[in-house]
Amino acid sequence: MNNPSNLVWPEEGHTRVPYRIYSDPAIFEREMELIFRGAGWAYVGLEIEIPKPGDFKVTHIGNTSVVVTRDEHGEIRCFVNRCAHRGVKVCRHEFGNTRFFVCPYHQWSYDATGALRGVPFIKGVNQLGGMPEDFDRADYGLPRLVTCTRNGVIFASFDHGVPSLESYLGEVNTHYFDRVFDGRALSLLGYSRQLIPGNWKLMFENIKDPYHASLLHVFLVTFGLFRADQKSQVRMDPSGRHALLISQRGELKASAATRDIANLREDFVLQDKRLLDPVKEFPDDATVVMQTIWPNLIVQQQSNTLAMRQIQPRDPGCFELHWTFFGYSDDDEAMTKRRLRQANLMSSAGLVSGDDSEVIKLTQDGVRRHPDDAGVLLMGGRDTNDTPHMVTETALRAFYSHYRAVMGF
Amino acid sequence: MAIDVALQLELEDLYSRYASLLDDGPLREWPDLFAEQCLYLVIPRDNYDRGLPLAIIRCESRGMLVDRVRATQETIMHEPRYLRHQITNVRVVSAAAGRVDATAHFSVIEVLPDELPRILSVGRYVDVIHRRSDGALEFSEKRCVYDSVLVPNTIVYPL
Repeated sequence: MNNPSNLVWPEEGHTRVPYRIYSDPAIFEREMELIFRGAGWAYVGLEIEIPKPGDFKVTHIGNTSVVVTRDEHGEIRCFVNRCAHRGVKVCRHEFGNTRFFVCPYHQWSYDATGALRGVPFIKGVNQLGGMPEDFDRADYGLPRLVTCTRNGVIFASFDHGVPSLESYLGEVNTHYFDRVFDGRALSLLGYSRQLIPGNWKLMFENIKDPYHASLLHVFLVTFGLFRADQKSQVRMDPSGRHALLISQRGELKASAATRDIANLREDFVLQDKRLLDPVKEFPDDATVVMQTIWPNLIVQQQSNTLAMRQIQPRDPGCFELHWTFFGYSDDDEAMTKRRLRQANLMSSAGLVSGDDSEVIKLTQDGVRRHPDDAGVLLMGGRDTNDTPHMVTETALRAFYSHYRAVMGF
Repeated sequence: MAIDVALQLELEDLYSRYASLLDDGPLREWPDLFAEQCLYLVIPRDNYDRGLPLAIIRCESRGMLVDRVRATQETIMHEPRYLRHQITNVRVVSAAAGRVDATAHFSVIEVLPDELPRILSVGRYVDVIHRRSDGALEFSEKRCVYDSVLVPNTIVYPL
């Protein structure tokens, strides 16, 4: 297999991460091809975003713009947002409802399945011009992706031979996916977006890394939402590409787990406690489940704030993070308010997620200058096993073990 | 509508103090410009236009504003930065019985170490302002509706 940039992975294996993979354009292009346009299910949206026939949304898988539609029969469709004629972006609106997608340049028009329906002057004008006799519109549809839905969540794949979503996720990750998406109708609360100046993999690393969460996130620790001494576990699928950080809220007092946190604010008492008044709403005892689904999705359940975080890489040094906040259609007004208040922790101005955006930027700034050096992943050992605690980097090691296999490194 | 010159100048002064407290400090006095029972939202324009309630900062009382300020200063890890609020186009939409509905445009320039200044956010304020018993104006509702929905990295300080 072609190895762009002749990358040599350090001999220590998945306990090392060569910094070159965060900044090399050839590696980035290879990732777009093998990871995002390869064999996997990429998250593209929620069904409630396109509830009616003719509804559509535009999103990205990797750096490819795609249109997700609901056709006249109610089926979900997905195709590449690039005219078959001259490569123009066909759909320029993020959301809408239409029967035809008309390219602005020469007005080739496509239906909700991506099939080419109209070509102006196809027979010429006054017997002049026109397309050749053998021009067949069926040959010029927009490249289609295969789609699937599970309890209101839409995935798409460029690989028409991709296995079912359930086997892709594996048993444990399917179970936790269904924990949030249990079949109840969802309600859309809104969006938040960021352009983060770091490599896209740093976002995944961040959510697979419970070691940092109890140290960097002073706000979480101060208010007991995530701490190293809480009952918690890290679980993965057999391939290691997906992961779950599962934890249970603990005490607010200082302990051995907080001793190493230099700037814990034990005296920080909220003036308005409504910011944090979580209530139990899932059958198990977990209060936080952060699920990372290869290649582009984080399902966030932190207390009562629920969100999809979709990773959209732009170039090696930059990605967009799109947050879609939701609740359930049977939420009462108090629960909706609670979700909206807790969103203060997690958004493009998050009291907690702001730490991560800043750290990702600082990481990129460090690693891009030293492509021949490597980072170290030794916390919790050298293996890639599930753990009954969070003092570990096992999910990062598993992620890079899978990454190397896919990329041929 | 005839222009109430005194009110217009009072509003200009209120917005100037608002910008000054955010940009030059002390930040802890910024919540004093709000009523005790207030609503402060920083909301992307696409949510606002579509009627979606999600705001990236939501404070439902002066106490929550105080909490936000303290978290910003003591718990959020962020690079040092300067902000500069440009607030223009201050306009009274309606004024009656101690209540003023006003809008204004804002652009916020952010300066990070080792980087050139950049526009962090542009948008408009959609505000409700009341007169306190002592005669001073205070915000009872402030919606910072930002057009620049793709946030450059993260918004740390209030808009």
